[in-house]
This record gives sequence, structure tokens and C-alpha cells, in this order.
Amino acid sequence: MTQAQIPLDDTTLLSGQEHHPIHKPWKWYDYFTYNIDHKVIGIQYLVTSFVFYLIGGLMAVAMRMELATPDPDFVDPSLYNALLTNHGTIMIFLWIVPAAIGGFGNYLIPLMIGARDMAFPNLNAIAFWLNPPAGLLLLGSFFFGGAQAGWTSYPPLSEITAPVAQSMWIGAIVLVGTSSILGALNFIVTILMMRVPSLSWDRLPLFCWAILATSALALVSTPVLAAGLILLLFDINFGTSFFKPDEGGNIIIYQHLFWFYSHPAVYLMILPIFGVMSEIIPVHARKPIFGYKAIAYSSLAICLVGLFVWVHHMFTSGTPPWMRLFFTISTLIVAVPTGVKIFSWVATLWGGKIRFTSAMLFAVGLLGMFVLGGLSGITLGVAPFDIHVHDTYYIVAHFHYVLFGGSVFGLYAAIYHWFPKMTGRMMNEKLGQVHFVMTFIGANLTFLPMHSLGMHGMPRRVAMYDPQFTALNKLCTFGAFMLAASLIPFLINAIWSWSRGPKASANPWNALTLEWTTASPPIVENWEVLPVVTTGPYEYGMSEEEAAAVEG
Amino acid sequence: MTDATAPTGAAIAPQVTTEVQANDHAHPDLRVWGLLTFLVSESLMFGGFFAAYLMVRGAASQWPPEGTEVELLLPAINTVILVSSSFVIHLGDVAIKKNDIGGLRKWYAVTALMGAVFLVGQAYEYATLGYGLSSNIFANCFYLMTGFHGLHVFIGLLLILGVLWRSRRAGHYSDHKHTGVEMAEIYWHFVDIIWIVLFALLYILTQFS
Amino acid sequence: MKQIPASLLTLTAGILITLISLWVGQNHGLLPEQASEAAVLVDELFNVMVMIATALFLVVIGAILLFCIRYRYRPGDEGDGIFVEGNLPLEAFWTAIPAILVIGLGVYSVQVFQEMGGFDPGSIHAGHGMMGGGSMSHQMPQMPQNSVAMMAQAPGDGAIATDAMSGMVAQMPEGTDPAVDPVPRFGFGANTAEEGRAPDLVVNVTGMQYAWLFNYPNSGIMTGELHVPVGKDVQLNLSAKDVIHSFWVPQFRLKQDALPGQSSGLRFVANKVGTYPVVCAELCGSYHGGMRSQVIVHPVEEFDEWLQQNTVAQQQNSAQTVAVNPADLSEGEYLAPYAQDMGVDAQVLSQLHPRS
Ligand code: HEA
Ligand code: HEA
Ligand code: CUA
Ligand SMILES: [Cu+2]
Repeated sequence: MTQAQIPLDDTTLLSGQEHHPIHKPWKWYDYFTYNIDHKVIGIQYLVTSFVFYLIGGLMAVAMRMELATPDPDFVDPSLYNALLTNHGTIMIFLWIVPAAIGGFGNYLIPLMIGARDMAFPNLNAIAFWLNPPAGLLLLGSFFFGGAQAGWTSYPPLSEITAPVAQSMWIGAIVLVGTSSILGALNFIVTILMMRVPSLSWDRLPLFCWAILATSALALVSTPVLAAGLILLLFDINFGTSFFKPDEGGNIIIYQHLFWFYSHPAVYLMILPIFGVMSEIIPVHARKPIFGYKAIAYSSLAICLVGLFVWVHHMFTSGTPPWMRLFFTISTLIVAVPTGVKIFSWVATLWGGKIRFTSAMLFAVGLLGMFVLGGLSGITLGVAPFDIHVHDTYYIVAHFHYVLFGGSVFGLYAAIYHWFPKMTGRMMNEKLGQVHFVMTFIGANLTFLPMHSLGMHGMPRRVAMYDPQFTALNKLCTFGAFMLAASLIPFLINAIWSWSRGPKASANPWNALTLEWTTASPPIVENWEVLPVVTTGPYEYGMSEEEAAAVEG
Repeated sequence: MTDATAPTGAAIAPQVTTEVQANDHAHPDLRVWGLLTFLVSESLMFGGFFAAYLMVRGAASQWPPEGTEVELLLPAINTVILVSSSFVIHLGDVAIKKNDIGGLRKWYAVTALMGAVFLVGQAYEYATLGYGLSSNIFANCFYLMTGFHGLHVFIGLLLILGVLWRSRRAGHYSDHKHTGVEMAEIYWHFVDIIWIVLFALLYILTQFS
Repeated sequence: MKQIPASLLTLTAGILITLISLWVGQNHGLLPEQASEAAVLVDELFNVMVMIATALFLVVIGAILLFCIRYRYRPGDEGDGIFVEGNLPLEAFWTAIPAILVIGLGVYSVQVFQEMGGFDPGSIHAGHGMMGGGSMSHQMPQMPQNSVAMMAQAPGDGAIATDAMSGMVAQMPEGTDPAVDPVPRFGFGANTAEEGRAPDLVVNVTGMQYAWLFNYPNSGIMTGELHVPVGKDVQLNLSAKDVIHSFWVPQFRLKQDALPGQSSGLRFVANKVGTYPVVCAELCGSYHGGMRSQVIVHPVEEFDEWLQQNTVAQQQNSAQTVAVNPADLSEGEYLAPYAQDMGVDAQVLSQLHPRS
């Protein structure tokens, strides 16, 4: 590749490029330090984001306790708003995005493309270390009342409530946003420039395609959010009036800047998961992925179309008629490439020999949950209908189906699948099954009734509601408790297996992608000698003759 | 027990032959690619500001508002300085490609000087304008955007000074080893391009309305 | 078991799925009562979407379950599955079908949008009947009018419309920026049946933390709950004083944000007598959940009566109403008169913290 043409230069502006030939394995305390090994960083991302998931989940449980009865009796309504704001923010910015992209992306990309590390290891470590302070800012903001304007933080509300907490919230988002941009840059350069020479584009694992698409999206959309938030910060603290209507400002501008990022953000959260699905399903179904090219290109298509649908969050806002219709149509188009993926995975199951490992259970569960959430998303895309359900529990139902049933299920599947690689030990399958069943039932109990609540008139972001909705809300709350309980088998499993689970071989699932060709866990710098790719990543069940034909 | 479900007789195991590659452990230098990717991102942040500005402007009945004079002469001189500095810095790059360290140092020093003049000019403009950051919506946009750009000029200036500092070491830069020099140059061009757009939006467009 | 031909099975499955989807499309029980003409259109659209979604869901989930059972791993069989990497016609098929479906849905939704009056939210076309209001600048209108009787002869030209509107702005509660262009730029305008006509009744709606104020510009009535006549074409002009609120009547299937600094509107025909909730759907602060009111749809004569009574009542204390400067009052005091209508109890009101 072109690497050779770039003259070497030892000015280490961006990256520490010193090479450590000593392959001594990392000790446990290395994981708590500034470390530039992509595998360490990947695990750092995963563990910190999981801790934030627990915190965000705890906030959700508090919200559900409040919502068990129609009166605002469990927490103060302002605190309720702070909880929902930080629940949404933490789940998105400190759990799904860092876990899926930062965690699995960092851990797997260099391994899958046969590189020894990311292109910019130091930048990578810096990107990770922006996350903990962001989390602390969010948690610390509770001492100032907590940001209370929702994760969307629309002005003018966000400018007049809890200004200190709101500024801390902005600071946190700018930190994770920067982290996300730096990470994206790193992935793009790594995937484009650092594949082993034998890894051609048509043999690139689909997870890499997904991360490439995700990174491109993060790279162009995140800075726009940063711009919007900087304007908001100036309005709150420095007397400007960008979003103050009585002084010439315009509140709708914020909404455009926000959603220009935050719609793509939902694809940031699902595309890596789609990549995970494309890796897990073939391995456990023992079948080649169906329609490799179609899946790879549909990621790019989703990205591209995903940049032009943001106004579907603003159908009832200051949105002129032509915009409502334009964005209705563009939103509906997203169903096509997404459908291609879903159908391809289903077709991959056909004719396989499906092993229902915990990873596979979550992957199949994801298919069911995501299709339901996606279909409700399509109904939302239709402006005349969205008018009715916008800002109701129907929306809450939609996005938990795609986010919990999609992203979280996908992350669980990924954890079960790559845990042996990361820790060198197997997880317990029985506990995994219990975890799956509880999560699946709990999620549906929690989020299915919300469709009906929203349709019948329950708005979102309320601490008090009409008594007619009590029964269904109790059901949701019960489901949330079940979800909380579902974490017990998982945590026991993860912690116990990590320390004393049965040792895993280099390739316990008999998979074909490159990360399984090195030891479990991989050595520092990944390989003794760089691997050479001779088969595609998904050529399960290929007979000797076919293999010969491909080679010939 | 966990392993029970794992297939053992798959038709194909990963076929990995070993082949030692030349230069296997060297980490390739991809900083220029990294910088370019980063600048794509940065330009979209400015894009966000520009879009916001245009939307505010579109909604306003009068732009800039009554009594807000936009000065033209000083910024125009500043623009000429900044734009020509982009050509000057390129001379430095050309010089180092001919292994001419003296040329590099000379042209980069001139660029740094021009950048500094630009910043001083901008500070002078801020001090003499009759309005401040929070005066009105135009002033908000004006100060935020030029200020943000000024910050970038400042960072570019630091990069150039960094190159000058390093160039004192003999053999640090040469005709085949000058990534740092190139990066400073690329960044400087970027800052320049952003300024041209800013100048058009803030100074020129305000003359006709 | 005898071998049943696959085509027969597919046919049966197809018929079953179609029947189930058709049934679910009508019986999902997700829709609340219908009380406006728009609701009829929206519900039809929703039912069609539920039908399509059910069919797709059943097909996808059915296939997943079928394959999971049929192709499950059987102990002892350690081999791999069939080596199939794709099938172009099949892939083209499942790209084309969703594409056709969403195009169809897109066309249908544009049509519904148009019938609901989505294309022209500013279509107030003030007829001359409303001019009476237009001439009164900053005072409460003196002449009680039977606003229901107001019908437009012809769509007024721009200048006339603006003139009439300025009359309405004058009635907005203190603190509302009169500079705001009062012709709604966002929301819904006249539906296809009413196109080109002036609305029968205009109500200015103001959202504030945490209450709705309804002002009838042609009779000077100012209330905390909305009264409208059944079967008449009503225009709401929405504005907000402090933060964004969103006006939602679930039974009308209509919602529109009330935006500070920008005008929006909703035009609708309520077609069922009754009392329905008005809900604020946009997070607007701690008591967002308590920002509720009611819309009462009256039979026409009853509405006229209500209008008459309240016009008289309000004229007596209108001077006082105008004189009150909300800024001088605490939020609780200010809102107290409306508290009952809103279903917010006094305690909640007293807890509202003073404006910052
Ligand atoms: C992982 C995150 C994720 C994902 C993947 C999606 C996916 C989609 N979302 Fe969702 N969405 C959110 C997260 C996500 N969303 C969040 C967080 C919000 C709320 C934000 C807030 O306000 O707080 C939101 C809100 C939201 C809205 C705004 C609602 C409102 O506030 O009024 C809309 C409107 O169009 C929408 C639409 C869609 C669509 C069309 C898709 C599509 O991508 C779905 C595509 C998938 C399918 C369609 C299913 C599979 C396809 C087939 C089986 C093929 C055949 C299908 C057809 C022919 C239809 N979403
Ligand atoms: C990926 C994203 C994600 C995830 C995983 C979740 C998970 C959950 N969410 Fe979340 N949610 C959002 C993203 C997410 N949510 C967003 C973006 C919003 C919108 C916010 C806004 O409006 O601004 C929202 C809003 C939202 C609401 C609406 C609030 C409102 O509008 O008033 C509700 C209400 O029920 C809810 C519930 C839940 C529940 C019960 C879970 C459960 O699945 C949670 C399960 C997890 C647990 C139960 C963990 C419990 C852990 C323990 C008990 C152990 C604790 C131990 C330690 C801390 C050591 N969420
Ligand atoms: Cu007003 Cu919510
Ligand atoms: Cu979206």
C-alpha cells in the first residue's frame, strides 16, 4: 500500500511510535493506567462503559419506581427530569457508543485486519481517557441540580434551568464528542492503511466495514453537534443570544444542529452492532454470510441516507411543509438497506447447523426485537402519523426496542462471543441462557406496553400522569425490575468466568476471521509473525474442490 | 461443558501460513492521513457555525442590525496577509524538499510573522469595534466565529514555531523526512480557507443588504 | 407424515399471514377515541401501516423461528452448513419489495398530509367577517360577535389577512411579543374541504410554564380551557411565552409545538361532542407533566350560549384582566384562576418556583 511512500519522520507529534519488542503480558494493574495497547484500551472502554450502564440503569429503575404510581411521590419532579436527562445521556454517550465503537472496535479492528495496533496508539489512549472525566462531570452535575432539559436539551428550557449543571452537561458531551472524533479518525486511517497486504477489500470482515461506515458518520456529524453545543454554552454563560428569540435568536437552529448529529448518532449505535451480527451469525450457524457485498454496501447506504433524515425528529416543531414531506420520504428509504441486512441474516440461518450458544441466542433475540423497533420507526417516519405520537411513550417504546433490543442485545452477544478471546476463558453457557431468557422477557414486559401508553395519550418525560395509565405503567415497572435482576446471572458469570472459567483455546468457536488465529488472549502486539489471509472470513462449509477453485 | 457446543470437525480451519514480512514491526507513519481526516471533521464544525449564521441572517429583517458597522479596510488587509502567507509557507515546503534548511527556516519565519500580524490586527479590530460579544445577534456570530478562527490561527502559529524550533537540530528535517513540516503547512492552508469563507460571510455579504 | 408440497405450504402460510395482518390492522386496539376529521385520516393510515408491519413481522419472525428449529444443531453432527454465499434474484427481490412498499407508503402519506391541510399552515385567509376584530388595536373587542357565523366570501389578499391578524395579536396576553408574525408558518392549515375559506372560529393559544391560555379574539374571552363547537372549522394560533410547549389533543391526533418567537397553528374540525384532554407534549420544566387542560366540544347552540355568557362576564372584569401584569405576580398567583381548569391543584401551584 501507500504506506511505503510516506517518508518516515520521528517527530512524534501525534503518536508514540516507538516499538517494544519485548512481549511481556500485561498485568491487571496495567488496565488502570494510561496504556497504548489497543487491546487494553478496548477492555478499558468496555469495563468503564459497563459501569456507566449500571449507573444509567439504576437511574432508569428510579424513574420506573416513580412511574409505578400516577402521582409524583417517589422523587421530586425536578430530580425526575435530571434522572431522565442523565439516563438518556449516559446510556447513549457513555454506554452504547463507547462500548460498541470504542470497546469492540478497538479490540477487534487491528486483530481482524492483521495489524499490530491502531494507526495512532497514543491518540487512542487519549480518546479513551476523555471518557471518565465526562462521566464524572455528568454525575457531579447532580450537586447543582442535574441537567434537566432532556438528553436533547432544547433551548430555551436548557438555558433557564440549572445553568451550572447544564454547562457541565455540555462539557461532558464535548469531551465524549472529541473522543468520538479522535476514535473515528483513528479507525478510518487504520482500516484504510494498515490491513495486512493479503487482506483484500472483498475479504474484509463485515465488522470492519461497519466500523468504517460508523467512523465516517461520526467524523462528519459529531463536529456539528459540538458547534451547536458551543453556541448553547455561550448563550448560557457569556451573554450571547443565538437561541433567545426575544433578542433575535432562533431556537429552531439548535434543533437542526442537534439532530444533524443525533440522528446519525442512532446509526453510530446500531451499525457496529450490525457488524457484530454479521460476525456472530455465520460462526454459530456454520454458514457463509449470505450476501456479503450487499451487507457491506448497505452499511454505506444507511450512512449516506442517514445524513439526510434528521428532521423526522422535528415534525411538530418549526418545520415547514416541504421539509416534513422531504424528510418523510428520506426516512422511509432507510428501511430498504436495513431490510437487506435483516433478510441476509435470516437467509444465513437457512440451511445452517445452528448452535444456540448464548451469543447466538442474543443475536437471534436481537433480530426479533430490532425488526419490531424498526417497523415502529417506519410508522414514525410518516409525518402525518408522527404528529400524533411525537413526544409520547410510543417514541420511548420505539427507541428502547432498537436501542435495548438492538444495541444492548448486540453488545451482550458480542461479549459472549469474544469473551474467550479477550480473557482466555470461557463463559458459562447455562448462566448465559438464564440471562438471555430474563433479558428477553424483561425487555418486552418493560417496553411493549409503552406503545399503547403513547398512542392513548401518555406524553414522555412526565413524572405524573393520568390515572387511567396506571396498570400498564405498573407492568413496565415490573419489567424493569426483571431487567435489573437479569444482570445478576450476567455479572456472576462474567466475574466468575474471568477469574476461574475453563481455559479457552485460541479458536473455541472454530471461526475464520483473523482474530481467532492468535492466542487467547492475544499477546502484546498480537502476532509473532503477521498472518497471511488465504480464505475469506466466512467460508464455512466450503468443500475442498470449491476452495481449490477459488484459489485457482 | 462450554466447549461442547463448539464444532470440532469444521471442514476448514483458518488457514494461516506464516510469512515474515519485511519491516514487520515498524509502525507506519500515517500522521498526514490522520491530520487530513481530522480537518474534514473540523471543517464540519465550522460548517455548523456557518449554517447557524446563515439561518440567523435569513430570519433577520435587517443584517447587520441598525448601528452595527462592519469595518472593511483592516480585515481586507488582514485577509491579504493571511492568504499570501499560504504561498509563503509553501515556499518553505519547496525549500525543504530541496534539502534547503535555511530556506525552510526563512519562509516559515516569515509565515509566522504574517500570522502574528494577522492576530494583532484582529485584536486591534476587536478593540476598536463599537460592539462586544453580547451586543446583538450579529455581534454574537461575529465574535464567536472570528474568535474561533483566531484560535485556530494561534494553534497554526504554534505548529509553525514548533517546526522552527525543531529545525535547529541538524538533520531533523531533510528532503525525505519532513512530515512535521508538511503537517504545519496543511493546517495553515486549512486555516486560510476557513478565513476566506468567513470573510465572505461576515464582511462581504454584510455589505449588500 | 405425508409429504406436503412446499408450494402448498407457502400458499397456506401466505393466506394465513394476509388474513392475520388484515385482522390485526383493524383490531390492534392501539387508537384512542376519534374526535376530529383529521383523526379519521390518520387512523386509516395507521391501520394500513399496522397491517403492512404485521405481515412483515410475521414473515421475518416466522422465517427465523422456522429456520432455528429446522436447522438447529443436532448432537453428533459437527459439520458445517450448506455453502451458499448469496442469490442475486432473491436479493433483488427483497430489495425491491420494501422499496415498493415504502414508495407506496410515501405517496399515501403525502396524500393524507395534504387532506389534513399540511401544505398550507398559514391558510387563514381572513374573510371580511373578521375585520371587526382587525380594527381594534390594543383593546378588548367591544362588540360580541357570533364567531361561528363568520364565513369568508373569498380568500383575502395578503394585506387584508395581515391586518385582520394584527387584531388577534392585540388580544394576546401581556408579554407576548406583538412583533411576531402572527400568520402561522408551521402546523396545519385548512383541510381539503375547507380550503380557501376562513375558519369559523379563531382562538389564540398561549403556552407558558405550566398552563395553556385560550383567548377568543372576537369576543375577548380568556379562559384556561378550550371550548369549540362541533363540526366547525377552528383555527388555533399557537405561541409560547417562555419555553417550547406542545399542544396535543390525542383524540384529535393533532399536535403542534408552541414556539417562543415563532408562530404556529392548528386548524381542525372536531366532529364529536365531548371533553378531551389537552396535553403539553414538550418537556417544559419540572411540572411539564401537570401542564394539562381540556377541550370541550359543544353542540353548536350550546357553544353559542357559552360564548354569549362568557363574553358578558368577561367584559365586566376585562379592564382588570388587562391591567394585571403577570410579571408582578408570583407564578402561583398568576395561574390560580386557571388552576381548576387545568386540573393542577393549589399545592402544586404554590410549589412552582418563581421565574428565574
Ligand atoms: C439504535 C438506535 C435507533 C435506530 C436503529 C433507529 C431506527 C429508526 N428510527 Fe429511530 N429513534 C431512536 C433510535 C433509533 N432509531 C431514538 C433514540 C429516538 C428518540 C430520540 C428522542 O427524541 O429522544 C428515535 C426516534 C425516531 C423518530 C422521531 C420520532 C419522534 O420523536 O417523533 C423517527 C421518525 O421518523 C424514527 C425513525 C426511525 C427509522 C425509520 C428507523 C429505521 O432505521 C429502522 C429501519 C428498520 C426496519 C424498517 C426493520 C427491518 C426492515 C425490514 C423487515 C424490511 C422491510 C420493511 C419495510 C418495507 C418497512 N426514530
Ligand atoms: C441505550 C440506551 C438505553 C438503554 C439501554 C435504556 C434502558 C432502560 N431505559 Fe431508557 N432511555 C434512553 C436510552 C436507554 N434506556 C434514552 C435515550 C431516553 C430518553 C431520555 C430523554 O427523554 O431525554 C430514555 C428514557 C427512558 C424512559 C422515559 C423517561 C421519560 O420520558 O419520562 C424510561 C421510562 O421507563 C426508560 C426506562 C428504561 C429502562 C427500564 C431501561 C432498562 O433496560 C435498564 C436496565 C438496566 C438496569 C436495570 C441496570 C440496573 C443495575 C442495577 C440495579 C445494579 C446497580 C448497581 C450499581 C450501580 C453498582 N428510559
Ligand atoms: Cu409545557 Cu410541557
Ligand atoms: Cu432519527
